[in-house]
Amino acid sequence: MARTKRRLLLALVAGTFGATAVGATVISTSLPGAAAVSATTTYPVQIAAANGKITIPARPTAIVSMSPTATEMLYAIGAGSQVKAVDSYSDYPKDAPHTKLDALTPNVEAIVAYKPDLVVVAGDTTGLTAELAKFGVPVLSDPAATSLNQEYQQFDELGVATGHLAQAKAEVTKIKGQIKNIVAAAPKHTKPITYYFELDQTYYSETSSTFIGQVLGLLGMKSIADAAKGAASSGGYPQLSSEFIIKANPDYIFLADTICCGQNAKKVAKRPGWAVLTAVKDGHVVGLNDDIASRWGPRIVDLLSTVAHSLNHHSST
Amino acid sequence: MSTTLPRPTKVTTPDEPARETPAAILPRVSARRPILVAVVALIGAMVVGVSVGPADISLPTVFSALAGHLPFIHYHSHTSAIDWDVIWQIRLPGVVLGGLVGAMLAGGGAAYQGVFRNPLADPYLLGVAAGAGLGATLVIVEGSGSNVSTFLPFAAFAGAVVAVAMTYLVGTTSGRRASTASIVLAGVAVAALLTAIQTYLQQQHEPDLQGVYAWILGSLGTASWADVRLILPYVTLSAVVLLLHRRLLDVLRVGEEEAGALGINAARVRLIVVAAATLGTAAAVSVSGLIGFVGIIVPHTVRLLSNASYRVVLPVSMIGGAAFLILANVVALNVQAPAEIPIGVVTAFVGAPFFLFLLRSRRTGVL
Repeated sequence: MARTKRRLLLALVAGTFGATAVGATVISTSLPGAAAVSATTTYPVQIAAANGKITIPARPTAIVSMSPTATEMLYAIGAGSQVKAVDSYSDYPKDAPHTKLDALTPNVEAIVAYKPDLVVVAGDTTGLTAELAKFGVPVLSDPAATSLNQEYQQFDELGVATGHLAQAKAEVTKIKGQIKNIVAAAPKHTKPITYYFELDQTYYSETSSTFIGQVLGLLGMKSIADAAKGAASSGGYPQLSSEFIIKANPDYIFLADTICCGQNAKKVAKRPGWAVLTAVKDGHVVGLNDDIASRWGPRIVDLLSTVAHSLNHHSST
Repeated sequence: MSTTLPRPTKVTTPDEPARETPAAILPRVSARRPILVAVVALIGAMVVGVSVGPADISLPTVFSALAGHLPFIHYHSHTSAIDWDVIWQIRLPGVVLGGLVGAMLAGGGAAYQGVFRNPLADPYLLGVAAGAGLGATLVIVEGSGSNVSTFLPFAAFAGAVVAVAMTYLVGTTSGRRASTASIVLAGVAVAALLTAIQTYLQQQHEPDLQGVYAWILGSLGTASWADVRLILPYVTLSAVVLLLHRRLLDVLRVGEEEAGALGINAARVRLIVVAAATLGTAAAVSVSGLIGFVGIIVPHTVRLLSNASYRVVLPVSMIGGAAFLILANVVALNVQAPAEIPIGVVTAFVGAPFFLFLLRSRRTGVL
């Protein structure tokens, strides 16, 4: 329960921030266009981040990450040794310095106690940037990516900030390659395969235009939430109802509430009225890792691979 | 639970015509017409309830589907499996559960108003809401995974019953002879205490706030036949006991001492009515959340429109409450469909202005 609500909230908060920040983020990351040349960062470095222009005076060695996605990215680009503390929801990788820091209601004093030289967040609703500025600590905001390109830009941004740009570029190239391979191997369908993506047990879902929606779209899939009234005004995360889902009768059901809420194919089949659904009858109810499904980090490849695997199964049966 | 309620003494045998009571207290009242009107409203609400929803199913399809599934009638319906599924598994349980909950909240409210002779009394007066809220909050913040939805109704029910038991115990053993005022005050104190604990828990588990909040505002959006089966025995028992006491509630209206002079043990009637109303209300809120306002506006609307006698108010409130909540649920599920508005928001938003209008037109003699 706790996890879903928080993830949803984070996604919504980050979503609003992301929308306003699209223009700003691009500047910094398109800056090292000659990647090979500027593969090493010369400090001080200026980054036009989602929360404004920030200056990092020297190569950070005491990073506090208040974003589970940023934590995964930092470790993926080899900046893990510079990370001093990660928030309570940063559960991956396992060897990150986990703390009880709360990302939704960040406590400035608790953060400052780690003597950070860079704080990475996924959104700032409490004025954390201004508060930490008083202590001379730069805050880099990398809000929820609204596209794969934004995810790649955030890798670059973190690469520039931490002095690991070359590794960040390599990681992006690797992810792009893996995605390409998965998509190429996936079965082709003439008609889009429809799916219901479940965020929690109150039927909050994601449309095809969200980050996850775009990723699944690579496999030729279409969310039933697109047709929901309020799909746009909810920022792509509308609440559906049992009746709506049954009537839409999706080919697939993806559960992103397996960890938080213990949902699985069996429980879905037992929901009143759900037994007649095509997805249930065909055994196409797929449990996803809630955490991976709510982040926009390196493990997005795992998610795509899980979904593609279930599609392969689909075509063989 | 207290399925063995203490039977009333001879005089309070409720079905017996109140022979000893003066005609001034119990004037002849016909409940037939108001009940008929309420039943028509209920049937109308049920028709709307099964035929309106985010899945566009036409009214003829709905009736054809229902007719096709009636026993003993060999009518072949061409409804798709999905449409029938939506009607039978989603809409009908919602209508039935909404009806049960609405009947219970309105009936409980009417009974409480009678027994405490207080027009502001509602079924949450003695701590049902605070107790159920605390029980639900405990499960939401401490539970994990699918356990939450399994245990929540039981925790809410237990919390509600325990809260009212506490109130009653404190209220009736506090110093002097127990009065309705001391019970109501004990209810205020118990509710404040439990709400404080609940608020503390919420603050400690701030990510769960939305879950708690959503429950408090109520929802019938995930109603199932299992929910109906869960609360049906309690609601039925409660409704029957309350209805059997409708005449005694009329007598209590003249005052406890006067009722005592007529040989009625007011304290005992109060205990039975409170126990019955608590049982039913606790069961209702355990599956629907804390839907507000129904217990106040429905009984008063009935009083304003027809008659103040509990022989009318109690049954008509139950039927009318069922109709009201079924319609409120249709609004909650469809205004922003497929997203759901908390039904408590609808009952207050629609109910309050209507009630004010009624109150005003009644005063100025329009009605």
